[in-house]
Amino acid sequence: MSIGHALLGLLETGPRHGYDLKRVYDEHFGHDRPLAYGQVYSTLSRLLRNGLVEESGVEPGGGPERKRYAITDAGVTDVTEWLVTPESPQIYLQSALYTKVVLALMSGRSAEDVLDAQRVAHLKAMRELTARKRDGDLADQLICDHALFHLEADLRWLELTTARLSDLGKQVAS
Amino acid sequence: MTDVLLSGTDLRKSFGATPALDGASMTVRRGEIVAVMGPSGSGKSTLLHCLAGIVAPESGAVVFQGRELSAMSDRERSALRRGEFGFVFQFGQLVPELSLVENVALPLRLSGVRRKTAESTAREWMGRLEVDGIADKRPGEVSGGQGQRVAVARALVTGPKVIFADEPTGALDSLNGEQVMRLLVSTAKETGASIVLVTHEPRVAAYSDREVVVRDGKTRQVELVP
Ligand SMILES: Nc1ncnc2c1ncn2[C@@H]1O[C@H](COP(=O)(O)OP(=O)(O)O)[C@@H](O)[C@H]1O
Ligand SMILES: [Mg+2]
Repeated sequence: MSIGHALLGLLETGPRHGYDLKRVYDEHFGHDRPLAYGQVYSTLSRLLRNGLVEESGVEPGGGPERKRYAITDAGVTDVTEWLVTPESPQIYLQSALYTKVVLALMSGRSAEDVLDAQRVAHLKAMRELTARKRDGDLADQLICDHALFHLEADLRWLELTTARLSDLGKQVAS
Repeated sequence: MTDVLLSGTDLRKSFGATPALDGASMTVRRGEIVAVMGPSGSGKSTLLHCLAGIVAPESGAVVFQGRELSAMSDRERSALRRGEFGFVFQFGQLVPELSLVENVALPLRLSGVRRKTAESTAREWMGRLEVDGIADKRPGEVSGGQGQRVAVARALVTGPKVIFADEPTGALDSLNGEQVMRLLVSTAKETGASIVLVTHEPRVAAYSDREVVVRDGKTRQVELVP
């Protein structure tokens, strides 16, 4: 999961201090793994170096915790690209997908497009496995079956999440 | 896209107050297998019925080989269904009183082919679907997987251009479903038939070349970001 992209996505809703970013991140995505402050500041300084965020007002007193960060145009482009590019289909990628869906909803983008792009990528991988199975021996078939069942589980989650988007949208907005 | 064989454009159809199709569009190219996916009740079967000329949409057009279905007479439409289309449903499509080979031969008999010729063609198709060994049994005497393979043989026996398959593996376990799909797809590819494959199962949709998703009576088609 890309923490940098998640922080950028959160900054799209408005400039924030580092500690505030951590709080919002943990609230939405940190259920079993809250961010460490060190991770927040090291990620922010990398984003700053790459021109994806900028400092937006420094309160007196100095120190990193006083700085407020805002997303730049280059940052918005970067988040957009990340959101529309499907994850490479693999087992257990729900946390990355969940993050993308929530950030799409928060920023007023189409979360359905994010889910649809992912579905297309998943089905493409499933077609390749199905073809490999047809031409393969029994061992190939068993290995492909395992991957196919897991990708299918992801697809079921994508479909269910699509059906729940309007509820999720309300929850994210509240 | 010169190779479009069948297309539905902006199809609408309601049963009572609720729209089953609310502006659905899709195309099927020659030899292509298109999966129609989506949650239950989203309008997949209604879309298939409209494309196959079984149900008339309230608005929108279905065009097969350059001809609009709504412009045909009932006679022409049923001749089209018998001659150019094949059907496979989830279950319940075989006539219980007839033997399996008689079932497979039925579409040919209805088109006026003599019994002997029809049944020998039927046996050939049953061989390709690996069910020739049970040709003289009745539908009630064979397993679900065998019955579906017989249904596929029956759908293919007239040499159709399009096979409409609505949840063809819906009543089967994984292994039997896989066998039905493998044989359905390989025989369709050999004969050049297109398939409209309605399924809510991703593993079944993975046999297709392309998918269309139906949600709330609307189709969504997304091209993959390269
Ligand atoms: N013959 C019918 N009479 C009344 N309602 C129908 C009929 N066929 C379909 N519907 C309704 O239209 C909607 C779409 O149904 P259907 O096309 O069968 O969906 P799917 O195949 O995706 O499960 C559903 O709400 C269903 O109840
Ligand atoms: Mg249906």
